[in-house]
Amino acid sequence: MSLPSGAAGGYRPGATLSFTTELRRQASRRRTRLTLGFMVALPLIVLAAFEFGGRSGGGGGGDRGQFAALADIATSGGLNFALFTLLVSSSFLLVVVVALFCGDTVASEASWGSLRYLLAIPVPRGRLLGSKLLVSLLSSLVALLLLTGTALLVGTLRYGWHPLVTTVAGEIASGPALLRLAGITGYVAVTLLVTAGLAFLLSVSTDAPLGAVGGAVLLQILSSILDQITALGQLRVALPTHYAEAWLGLLSNPVQTDDMVKGAISALSYSALFFGWAWYRFLSKDVVS
Amino acid sequence: MGKRRWPGLTPSRLLAGLLALVLLAGAVAWAAWPRTPGYTTRPLTITVRTGPEGTTPVALDATYYRPRSASAAHPTAAVLLAHGFGGTKDSVAEDARDLAGRGYAVLTWTAEGFGHSGGQIHLDSPDWEVKDAEGLVSWLAARPEVLKDGPGDPRVGVVGASYGGALALLLAGYDRRVDAIVPEITWNDLAGAFLPESTGAGPGQGVFKKAWAGLLFGEGGTSLARPLTGPVPPGVTPACGRFAPDLCRIYLSVAATGTATADQIALLRRHSPASVLSRITAPTLLIQGEADSLFPLSEADANARGIAAHGTPVEVAWFTGGHDGGQGPPSDRDRLRFLTARWLDHYLLHRGSAPGTAFTYSRVAGIDAASDGVVAPGFSVARYPGLGGRRTTTVPIAGPPQPAVNPPGGTPAAVSVLPGGGGSGAALAVHEVPGQHADFLSAPLRSTVEVVGAPRVRLRVASPTGEAVLFVKLYDLDPAAGATLPQGLVAPVRLTGLPASIAGARPVTVTLPAIVHEFQAGHRLRVTVATSDQAYATPDQPAVYTVAAGPTVTLPVVQGEPIAAPDLAWRWALAGLLAALTIALVAAIRLGRRRHRRLALRSSPAGREGGGPARGEEAAPLVVEGLRKEYADGLVAVSRVDFVVGRGQVVGLLGPNGAGKTTTLRMLLGLIRPTAGSVHVFGHRVVPGAPVLSRLGALVEGPGFLPHLSGLDNLRLFWRATGRPEADARLDEVLEIAALGAAVHRRVGTYSHGMKQRLAVAQAMLGMPDLLVLDEPTDGLDPPQIAEMRRVLRRYVTGGRAVLVSSHLLAEVEQTCTHVVVVHRGEVVAAGPVDEVVGDSPSVQFDVSDPAAAEEVLRRAGVRSVAGAGDGSLVAELDGTPPAVVVAALVRAGVGVNRVVPRRRLEDAFLALVGGEARSGREVS
Repeated sequence: MSLPSGAAGGYRPGATLSFTTELRRQASRRRTRLTLGFMVALPLIVLAAFEFGGRSGGGGGGDRGQFAALADIATSGGLNFALFTLLVSSSFLLVVVVALFCGDTVASEASWGSLRYLLAIPVPRGRLLGSKLLVSLLSSLVALLLLTGTALLVGTLRYGWHPLVTTVAGEIASGPALLRLAGITGYVAVTLLVTAGLAFLLSVSTDAPLGAVGGAVLLQILSSILDQITALGQLRVALPTHYAEAWLGLLSNPVQTDDMVKGAISALSYSALFFGWAWYRFLSKDVVS
Repeated sequence: MGKRRWPGLTPSRLLAGLLALVLLAGAVAWAAWPRTPGYTTRPLTITVRTGPEGTTPVALDATYYRPRSASAAHPTAAVLLAHGFGGTKDSVAEDARDLAGRGYAVLTWTAEGFGHSGGQIHLDSPDWEVKDAEGLVSWLAARPEVLKDGPGDPRVGVVGASYGGALALLLAGYDRRVDAIVPEITWNDLAGAFLPESTGAGPGQGVFKKAWAGLLFGEGGTSLARPLTGPVPPGVTPACGRFAPDLCRIYLSVAATGTATADQIALLRRHSPASVLSRITAPTLLIQGEADSLFPLSEADANARGIAAHGTPVEVAWFTGGHDGGQGPPSDRDRLRFLTARWLDHYLLHRGSAPGTAFTYSRVAGIDAASDGVVAPGFSVARYPGLGGRRTTTVPIAGPPQPAVNPPGGTPAAVSVLPGGGGSGAALAVHEVPGQHADFLSAPLRSTVEVVGAPRVRLRVASPTGEAVLFVKLYDLDPAAGATLPQGLVAPVRLTGLPASIAGARPVTVTLPAIVHEFQAGHRLRVTVATSDQAYATPDQPAVYTVAAGPTVTLPVVQGEPIAAPDLAWRWALAGLLAALTIALVAAIRLGRRRHRRLALRSSPAGREGGGPARGEEAAPLVVEGLRKEYADGLVAVSRVDFVVGRGQVVGLLGPNGAGKTTTLRMLLGLIRPTAGSVHVFGHRVVPGAPVLSRLGALVEGPGFLPHLSGLDNLRLFWRATGRPEADARLDEVLEIAALGAAVHRRVGTYSHGMKQRLAVAQAMLGMPDLLVLDEPTDGLDPPQIAEMRRVLRRYVTGGRAVLVSSHLLAEVEQTCTHVVVVHRGEVVAAGPVDEVVGDSPSVQFDVSDPAAAEEVLRRAGVRSVAGAGDGSLVAELDGTPPAVVVAALVRAGVGVNRVVPRRRLEDAFLALVGGEARSGREVS
């Protein structure tokens, strides 16, 4: 019945808590479904707001910034609508969503008490984190793609398939614009890795899912606030959210990728640090939940 | 992502952590530490002899930046840094520091008529400001640390923007000692700049740029130059402020009439580089702004052509800022700083190769997230093409001759640009007044045209007065976003000798303002000819002009090569980071796998000393040796625990709450690491994730389920998570034990505590593990369920399996277990078969006829403690005295003994073993 390693028959460490098993455990959660559902609903809500709000225009002054500029042209086509929806979501909503998926995953198991049973199976700790992280990241990516895809779909159905209108760089033909939208989505995904890493680190450190999610969001907000303080000068470059909007470079003509490259370096470094730290913590900690 | 194994905190890791902290602190300190600049700063007053005769003393407020590296032995080149109109030496302090940091001796000064300097504003007069600067060059020549080309001839460059830029050009024209100049956003001809005319008629027919003129005169004449309180300094008049009277008179006259006389134009020419271009031999880097309605690109173009005509090296650079657009985005500023440094380094210090004559420009291409400004990538062309472009393309425009009304008094006027507004791009409120302009449209462009230079268009105009002042503009018409006027620039024209009817009008060619703009495919061009503009003086008399334009617009085109992004290094860094992370990830996964294999080998019984039985038969299900857990805060949860669970045994782990039972169980599940000692399961040492744990089923500290799943799904997914074959789960048997009935299909979140408890026991039994570890399994169960649980556990061990039950309930352990381990305060105080542990009990219960007498007898017989239990019953701790002796003594004393019952209750044993502090009831707590 038992193997040379002393394990029960049929047990292999590499077969425990597979990706699909973890996916099934998480997919049926109401939290997951509600969040993904909201990703579909949000573009519709934004669309409804544009429809009912009328076209006041608002006499775009320069002070209102890029946000207003993009809002003014959001209804000029499906691509613009998708871009606008992504813009309004990326700074906060998507941060919360990613923090939810990655911050809740281990901490909720700890709070339910099921974590110790998984570890007693035994699921190797590294593997448990691996499966959980992959499922969390996949859920986050699905949320991001659902949001962008739905926005593109409803925007195109309502406003038509037109070239992407930008504030400064003129029009970008639909084909290349679709590529750029994909690039922007990809960049947003990379920057969200920082949130994911931080939330995951907090998730393995606490038994309170809310603490992990809230902590990650809070630190993001703190970073954004500090980034507003220009007196900090060059120190701001080190803030994880400093390059959060570097994707605007993809709306230039020709494409400006310098800041995106720096942003990607920053995001990857931070997320590697956070994920590595999370692994270190979890592999060395005493599980007392 | 290091999936590596990190054991607890070790001194070496602590050291590494400290080192990292020190490095971090060092980096922050390095970033924040105030640096000692490589130069010293000295404010001073330099008095120069100036004026037409060179005898008028004027005190100039100056600052000298001397590099620490410069000395008489190692002299360096000097730079005169001039400020713009309305500024002082402080306005260029940042540039001065930058240049001084590069090793130049930098002299900044406040031009006469401004700030704390004396004198009056002469608008870069050769007699005054230029002579002032010549005096400063002589001052530099007296400095020992400044390089000399000859006696009294320092190696000196002149850098300045606008007012300072014209001074640089004029000084280079008048003073041969100047070795290189970098004039920025400045004029060629002051008369032409303030009285522009775009058909080439010259300033005599020019249209007065009243908005800019007023703005500048106001700045020089009143607010900035005259103190608000105190006595009015000499030379300051209410009408002219600190302006020199001759210039003031010109302004007052031109502003009132809108035209300039030949004398006035000649005087302004003297104040313009145009008059000295042929004399300039100092290599010149001309920097001009694209968003500049004061000194447009055509001014720099005239300077460049004039200087280059005599063989002097000239480089031209355009950027997206200017008097309207400001400094431009960081990319522009970096490019200009680089070009300036290269120019000065080569021509002053003879460092670096010759800069050449490449032409660079930039175009607004998007939004920069970091600075919330625009992005303006740079482009480069081998040779300066002038305003006509490398080649031209023509675009047909169409439209009938149209009437355009000149409004009386010039209002309402069209709005094209806000002088000095600072907005380079989108948000300018460009406005045309209906009825006051004529429009000529092109068809949608078939391909994108990048215009670099000055477009041209032909115009025919009829006027009842024979004259017309018109403003010609080239709009970019986006079908979606509407019309934009690139940089808000307009071409003013004053036409004379016009016929009354359009049929007789002769065409004139209008050179539109030079722009850098991309007209995208699908957009249209619109030539708009307006009769009024807020920024210019126009005829007061109302009139109706008839305007025709076309048939084409000529667009200058330049194919610029994008300047390579200097941030290529970052790209490599990103690629390197990605590669490193990939390698680290793969390595971490490999390491993790190898660790599992090593773990499996290391924990196998072979070569392990002690703890296991003889070879041939399998080791005991559970051997706990010297187990200790001490937390970081010093709390000792378990101080020393040893026990063995053999096959077929149901072992009770008994102890009050806080005795260390749960900590022990967590250690034997590998959830927490023991500080000392070991746990072996079937001969394999337990470490976190040890494979042998798969032969162990557990319920520790209550159930733990996913509340959103049904009981059945929870069990199924739990088994799935083990990765073992479905058939091994023996789900049906386990479900029978859980006895949840139909509730097994309900969400666990809706379960009662008892139901969850039963489900948890079922989960622990999934796969019928060889060792079952149950922590308080009867918690929350009702008596029949408790009885059933006992039967289940007794049955469970019949096949050679083993069960460890922890409990603080005595009856529980007594009735369920074959063996018991009593722990108290983290230590085992008794262990063995239940019977043995109980047999140690020293107390006996006597049922006697006369308890009072019996008590007396017992006391005399030397029995240590006696307690009445009521109903003729006595409990005595015999303390080694054999019961037979005691009974004999009682009988001798005439006390009837009805019953002698050895106390077989574990309670007694437990209480005796753990001490008296918890004697209050059956439940020890």
